[in-house]
Amino acid sequence: MELLRAQNIEKKFANHLALDNVNVNIPENSIYGLLGPNGAGKTTLIRIINRITAPDKGEILLKGRPLQPSDVNLIGYLPEERGLYKKMKVGEQALYLAQLKGLSKRDALKKLKYWFEKFEIQPWWDKKVEELSKGMAQKVQFITTILHEPELLIFDEPFSGFDPINANMLKEEILELKKKGSTIIFSTHNMGSVEELCDHITLINKSKNILEGQIDDIRKKYKSNIYEISFNGDIDKLERSLNEHYELIDKTKVNGNKAVRVKLLHQTNENELLSLIIPVIEVLSFNEIIPNMNDIFIKVVNEHKN
Amino acid sequence: MNKIKLIILREYLTRVKKKSFIVMTILGPILFAAMMVVPAWLASMEDTDVKNIAVIDSSGVFLNKIPDTDYIKFEYLQNTSVKKVKKNFADSDYYAVLQILPSITYEPTAVHLYSDKQPSFEVKSHIARAMENELKNQKLKANGINEDILESIKSDVKVRTIQWTKDGEEKESFTEVNMILGYASGFLIYFFIFLFGAQVMRGVIEEKTNRIVEIIISSAKPFQLMMGKIVGIAMVGLTQFLLWVVLTTGIVAGMKTAFFPELGTKNAQEVVVEDLFEQQNLTQINQIQPEEMDKFSKVLNAVKSIDFGLMLSAFIFFFLGGYLLYGSLFAAIGAAVDNETDTQQFMLPITIPLILGIFVMMNAIQTPDSPVAFWFSIIPFTSPIVMMVRLSFGVPGWQVTLSMGLLVLTFLGSVWLAGKIYRTGILMYGKKVNYKELWKWIRYKS
Repeated sequence: MELLRAQNIEKKFANHLALDNVNVNIPENSIYGLLGPNGAGKTTLIRIINRITAPDKGEILLKGRPLQPSDVNLIGYLPEERGLYKKMKVGEQALYLAQLKGLSKRDALKKLKYWFEKFEIQPWWDKKVEELSKGMAQKVQFITTILHEPELLIFDEPFSGFDPINANMLKEEILELKKKGSTIIFSTHNMGSVEELCDHITLINKSKNILEGQIDDIRKKYKSNIYEISFNGDIDKLERSLNEHYELIDKTKVNGNKAVRVKLLHQTNENELLSLIIPVIEVLSFNEIIPNMNDIFIKVVNEHKN
Repeated sequence: MNKIKLIILREYLTRVKKKSFIVMTILGPILFAAMMVVPAWLASMEDTDVKNIAVIDSSGVFLNKIPDTDYIKFEYLQNTSVKKVKKNFADSDYYAVLQILPSITYEPTAVHLYSDKQPSFEVKSHIARAMENELKNQKLKANGINEDILESIKSDVKVRTIQWTKDGEEKESFTEVNMILGYASGFLIYFFIFLFGAQVMRGVIEEKTNRIVEIIISSAKPFQLMMGKIVGIAMVGLTQFLLWVVLTTGIVAGMKTAFFPELGTKNAQEVVVEDLFEQQNLTQINQIQPEEMDKFSKVLNAVKSIDFGLMLSAFIFFFLGGYLLYGSLFAAIGAAVDNETDTQQFMLPITIPLILGIFVMMNAIQTPDSPVAFWFSIIPFTSPIVMMVRLSFGVPGWQVTLSMGLLVLTFLGSVWLAGKIYRTGILMYGKKVNYKELWKWIRYKS
């Protein structure tokens, strides 16, 4: 079941096309990675979903019906460029932002109390934002984003500015939110966290989305039939045993042992490869190299350059 | 609707709670009151040391002719010289020695004042005035004009202005009071538009550079945020204005009783005079001797003749109208730039009409019905300032209506225009914006 669907979105600015016929389907209760190089149009798409700007063409559907102005209360948005009113007290500010999202003062206070305790930041309540460090302000901002328990959460580079401990805490909170039923759009350049968190991704490059799907499917799709073999024995013998169906592409070391990377070219499979090399060397390990998101990202973006 | 209320409340409360607001609110009236009371108080502080001045009059015409005042006494010495007095001057209780030479009757500079210190201006001018008077009298007498004639030719012309109202009534007016009131309210509007308009602009820039604007407009519409800010700050302005009025009145009243306790008792008498005056038919005004009323009660009467309800509501209307007109433009400027230093190129078109308004206002105080004053009180960009001045002198109803109507239409237009610039501008960073760019933003469809 889809929570949100962006259909044929087009957005033009004065002299360039920011989004060109972009389609995105975000399944309910998933973590959806929005990837792409700088300036690809991710932020524009996020702003359109948030109703900050309107698309020139196309439509956003929430649960199958067009997005309405009141739907902003169902969305929580943590922009990449974060900020709070510097002169305002932390508590007052959190309360104000929560009320702007439609919470009553009483509910907002109750929920803020819970989160401030959970993050152990109650002593900050009466501090001015300018007295907080950047990381502290980020925590406050994270709380204000999720406080109204929105169905759709949009995090734009949520981990920037956090130390590893707090980043980890944040990651767990995001997974927890998913468990509670939220759908999360997650925009980042950090491919490691994409692999860890995301179920689905879309890759936007130069205003178009060029790749969309489940992350496991995509990684399988981009596997290149390369196997890594670590072994004991003579590397020349191994090389000689390979016929025209294989290509030795790399000689490396794995855990101090000799290793090679072999690409299966055609009309063959991993069993045949093993049967060829087992007689000449002692195989210690045999792994298929599945490309990580970083490689896929670079590969796909570069392909589209040409 | 609820969201705009929240935004207004935040804008209002954060500003009203600021130290600078509280300081301004308290210091403002003290300053105003000081401006009114301190000069009067200083003037009333006379030197209370009695100064004895020895007069050595060799001409013989001034014997006992220079009048004593409360604190300046003259002693006429005979058969002595300046030199002799000088010798014992330190031991004597003389403040100064006045030497009048015989040639005084035809040579006005033949008079010297000796002292071991610089004589005060008061002493010097008192002597000069008294001697001029005496010399004039003597010369007139020498030409055969006696004192009775002298007394009868003295006249003190005071023009009293009486205004005919629509109902055919006659009201005594006091032009100076209207001038002061008009000037003060026109200037205050000018000052408030600039002060609070700039606050709107700074607020928008702050939100933009803070990057909080993106969070707010993911919850509320940009227009709500802009209007919330403008309205919130307008309320801050009105609060400050009302507090100033209340506090200034309080402080002036307090200072009056502290520094001029005798005025309090005088007031009671004046009230009686006024009551008497009011009981008379106003058409018989000529029969009342001007001396019967002292100046204070006349001013009081003139103040009473001003319709303060009208002036106050007109002030609030024109303040709000002018402020909304300019405040929205200030908001648009704030949205178009990244920091305050970039605002200058856009500030000029806002500053020029406002300053023009102030110049025309000065002119309108002298001639409230001149064509220049008329047109500038109709044109919305200057009307809040100029119309306030004209209103204190009385303006035909159709002109006020036209001016108010045009102001409303123009501020609606400027709010609409500013909303368009604002919507695009707040999300635009790192771009040098010019007028061509702004025009493009206005034409973007939402």
